[in-house]
Amino acid sequence: MTSPAPVPAVTDPVVFDPELPWQRARSVALRPEPFGALVYHFGTRKLSFLKSKTLVRVVETLADHPTATAALLACEVPESQRASYVKALGDLARSQMIETRT
Amino acid sequence: MTAVLPERPARPTGGRLIDQFEYGLDAPICLTWELTYACNLACVHCLSSSGRRDPRELSTAEAEAVIDELQRMQVFYVNVGGGEPTVRPDFWHLLDYAIGHDVGVKFSTNGVKLDKARAAQLARTDYVDVQISLDGATAEVNDRVRGAGSFATATKALENLAEAGMKDFKVSVVVTRENAGQLDEFKALTDSFGAQLRITRLRPSGRGADVWEQLHPTMAQQKDLYSWLLANGDNVLTGDSFFHLSAFGEALPGLNLCGAGRVVCLIDPVGDVYACPFAIHEDFLAGNVRSPGGFQQVWQQSELFADLRSPQTGGACTKCQHFDSCRGGCMAAKFFTGLPLDGPDPECVQGYGESALAARDTELVTPRSHLDHSHTGPVRGQPTLLGMPAIPPAKICDESPLAGLQLG
Repeated sequence: MTSPAPVPAVTDPVVFDPELPWQRARSVALRPEPFGALVYHFGTRKLSFLKSKTLVRVVETLADHPTATAALLACEVPESQRASYVKALGDLARSQMIETRT
Repeated sequence: MTAVLPERPARPTGGRLIDQFEYGLDAPICLTWELTYACNLACVHCLSSSGRRDPRELSTAEAEAVIDELQRMQVFYVNVGGGEPTVRPDFWHLLDYAIGHDVGVKFSTNGVKLDKARAAQLARTDYVDVQISLDGATAEVNDRVRGAGSFATATKALENLAEAGMKDFKVSVVVTRENAGQLDEFKALTDSFGAQLRITRLRPSGRGADVWEQLHPTMAQQKDLYSWLLANGDNVLTGDSFFHLSAFGEALPGLNLCGAGRVVCLIDPVGDVYACPFAIHEDFLAGNVRSPGGFQQVWQQSELFADLRSPQTGGACTKCQHFDSCRGGCMAAKFFTGLPLDGPDPECVQGYGESALAARDTELVTPRSHLDHSHTGPVRGQPTLLGMPAIPPAKICDESPLAGLQLG
C-alpha cells in the first residue's frame, strides 16, 4: 500500500463534463409525461423530472453520441439554451440519473 | 354537446413543475394502496375507519392484476397500508410479486407480524421500505390513541428490524396535540434504532373526524412544528403533508400542493379509487379497478379527476397573499370539517380557518364517509382517549366464580 496522493478537488466525480460520452444510467427508467418525463432511479429510489420534451430526447439519445455536446447538437438545442441544458444534465449526473460510458 | 361541458384550462408549456402538477400526470407519482380494512388495532384517529375485513376485498389474482397494470403504467412504487396490511395471508406473496414487477413497496404497519424471521426476510429484500406507526414517543401517549400494548408491539418490531440489519426503515408519526411536544423524543427514539423519522398531519378523515377537535395541534404547536421542520426538515420525512404551514413564511421542502387526483390517489381494499387516502367519501370516488379499462382508465379518464386537475382560480384563498405558499391547504381537511373546498384549510396558519370554522352554520352536519369498517365489539387493548370502554364480561363467571349459580 502506497500512501494515497492528495486528491485535487477538480476530480470530483460528480462534475459533469459535456465532452465525455454519457448515457441514461442502467438502473434508471423514464416515464413520459405531458410536460416531459419523470425519472426514477431504482437503486437510490430517487425521483426527478425532465421539464421539457427536448431534454427527454437528449437524455434518451445520449448513448448514441460520442459526447453530451453532440447529443445537444443533434437534438437541435438552440445555442441560447445550451448552458441551461448543460446545467440540467449536470444535475442529472450528480443524482446518478445519467452516467459516463466506457 | 361540447357546449354544455365546462371549459377546462389548457396545460401551459414549460414553467414551474408545481404548475404542471396541477394539471395532473399520466400516472400517479405516489399511489396509496390499502390492502385490507382488517386491523388488529382500533386507533381512535384511523383515517380509513378500519377494523373488520370487507368481504368484497380484492382477491390475490385481482391484486396481482393491479400490480401488472401499475408496472405497465410505470408506477415505480406504491405506499401500501390498510387496515393492517400484514394480516392479509397473501401479503408476503403480493410484496414479492410487486417487487418482481418493478413496483417498489413502502408499507405501513403497526408491527404486529414483524417477528425476527420476517424482519430478517425484509432485510434481505431489495426495494422494500417499512414504516412502523407510532403516535407517541412514550407508551403512555401512544397507547391512549393506538391502544394498550401497541407501543410495545411497535418498538419490538423496530428492535427486530434493527437487529436484522434492515436499512432505512421508518418510524411514522401522526402529529397530534398530545405528541406535538415530543418531536425531539421521537427523533431520539428513531435514531436509537438507526431508523428514519417520518411525521405526517392528522386529518379529520375516517374515525379521525371524531377526535380531530380534541387531537389536532393548537396554533402554537403548529408554529413550533413549523420551526422544528425548518431546523430538522432535511433529516425528517413528511410526505409533504404539512404544506399548509408554508404560509407561516418560508416554504417547506417538498411539494407544496394538494396532489389529490393530480399526482396521488388511493386504491382501497375493494378496488375503489379515491382522489387521496384521506378522502374516502363518495364525492371523491373516481371509479373501481375492477371495471373495464382498470385503474388506468380511472386515473386517465374519470370526470372527477379531470375536475381536480385544474388550478384553483376562485374562492376566498386565491385573494390571500399567502396563496402561492399553501395553495389553500388540504382538500380532505376542509371537506370533513364542513368547510368549502375553495376556502381556507381548517388549520390555516393565518387564522382564517378558525374563523371559517366558527362561522359554520350551527345546524351543519359535517360529511361522513359511507364506509365504516370499525370493530363493532370491544377490541383487546382498546384506546382510552375517549374514556374507558364499558366491556361486558364475556362469560358471567368472569365477574365471580359463583355468579349465576343457582343453589338448591
